[in-house]
Amino acid sequence: MRTLGRAALWVVFGLFFLFPLYAMADFSTRNLIQGGRTGAAWANLFTDEALYQAIITSLLLSLLTVVAMLVVLVPTMIWVRLRTPWARGLVEFLCLLPLTIPALVIVVGLKNVYLWVTYLLGESALTLTFVYVVLVLPFAYRALDAALSAIDLQTLAEAARSLGAGWTTTIVRVVVPNIASGVLSAAFISVAVVLGEYTIASLSGFETLQVQIVLIGKSDGPTSVAASLAVLLFGFVLLLGLSLLSRRRRRT
Amino acid sequence: MGDGGRLMLFRRLRDSIPLLPFFAVVAIFLIVPTVTVLIGAVYDEGGFSLARVQALFTETALSALSKSVLLSGSTALLGAIFGALLAWLIVTRPPESLVRRTVLSLCSVLAQFGGVALAFAFLATIGLNGVLTLWVQEYLGANLAGSGWLYGLPGLILVYTYFQIPLMVIVFLPALEGLREQWREAAISLGASTWQYWREVAVPLLTPAFLGSALLLFANAFAAYATAAALVSQGSPIVPLLIRSALTSEVVLGQSGFAYALALEMIVVVAVVMVAYNLLVRRTARWLR
Repeated sequence: MRTLGRAALWVVFGLFFLFPLYAMADFSTRNLIQGGRTGAAWANLFTDEALYQAIITSLLLSLLTVVAMLVVLVPTMIWVRLRTPWARGLVEFLCLLPLTIPALVIVVGLKNVYLWVTYLLGESALTLTFVYVVLVLPFAYRALDAALSAIDLQTLAEAARSLGAGWTTTIVRVVVPNIASGVLSAAFISVAVVLGEYTIASLSGFETLQVQIVLIGKSDGPTSVAASLAVLLFGFVLLLGLSLLSRRRRRT
Repeated sequence: MGDGGRLMLFRRLRDSIPLLPFFAVVAIFLIVPTVTVLIGAVYDEGGFSLARVQALFTETALSALSKSVLLSGSTALLGAIFGALLAWLIVTRPPESLVRRTVLSLCSVLAQFGGVALAFAFLATIGLNGVLTLWVQEYLGANLAGSGWLYGLPGLILVYTYFQIPLMVIVFLPALEGLREQWREAAISLGASTWQYWREVAVPLLTPAFLGSALLLFANAFAAYATAAALVSQGSPIVPLLIRSALTSEVVLGQSGFAYALALEMIVVVAVVMVAYNLLVRRTARWLR
């Protein structure tokens, strides 16, 4: 009786969550004019010039964001634990702050900052990297914090330093390899965040993947649905891969 | 200050130099925009003024606020209840099982990174030519998409629930996992029934975590923008969409001040909710070790 109830609940939840995803697959391969199936909407991901450009832009943005996030955050978090413990609370607070300040609020107040950014760096969607680094801070912080807590950072750093390594060598060649799993999960989650980001990009007028999806949706529903499903599946594969990877690591 | 004190201060300053890049990025791209909003909301034509804040009490703004509260409140409630149920289902599976990992990864994608895609998921399901719409039309003869309810508040509630439930799973699961098997065994060996264990032990322990998670869901829905923006292209029934129209039409109407005021309103609501959330989380953290 109890297992039956549980199974029924699984089915209900499964239908609620998987049916819209199935509907996306069905909708995006339907031939609206002649009936039957067509892969035209999926082919558009590569043949539609604007959409293809937007995909490239978003992928580049996620790459840049991951690199910038790691360069800024990893040394900071290590340094705070080793040399400036008084600043640890402040760094944590600032990293988690974007959870309390919505992206929508940031974009409203961002105009003056971006006047300077575009003045200095030119008008490119890639300048979004800076804001995106802030946006991924909470997720990246948690992943890195968990990894750093699991190792004996103090001893590792002292050993490296006493053997004559400078701070850069200590961080890049000694500490980072030991928190590789945390770095990897911070990177994966950041990629997923950047690929899904719409608020800041659309309200600052940059054409990223999500902005393009909404734009195309006004005239060509199936293509937008195909691109949306592709992004969801990509994010899902990324996170599931991460989860399986961390399991293997824990076993060894 | 003695020499020792000065030396320590100097050392602290020198030691904090490597932290500068981090602080610079956060200051420029998080703090400055937030302060811009705070000041912009109460600063007008060269002086302090409450004119922009007063605009929050016009009928348009108040109606958007009440609809936003209704949307966030109802989806927080639905999400919390069904999310807790789903979390309980997940907890009954072993932690290393593939089912659990798959479900959690899916939850994570839908809860945190869905945005625009979720709007299109429901357009493909129950939109005008949606898959479910066509099925129902063919077999039952009813029109699911009738009157365009999907593009209004009822549609938003449905789509928001779709990402609120998974978010509840993610934030509530740790509390459920923290319930130790020994506590149940202890209760049972003292003669409690399973029902009594849940009523007297588990539910009181989980209540702060449950309420805290519900608050987080509320804040999440209140601040969400992408899904609503993709779904509702005309009109601005809720606060985030009103901010959009204030931002995009400012050239015509000089409404940028209004956007600041609305953003301030959003900061206040989300901050109050998040403070309450943190208080509740601290209560849970006492036994969740």
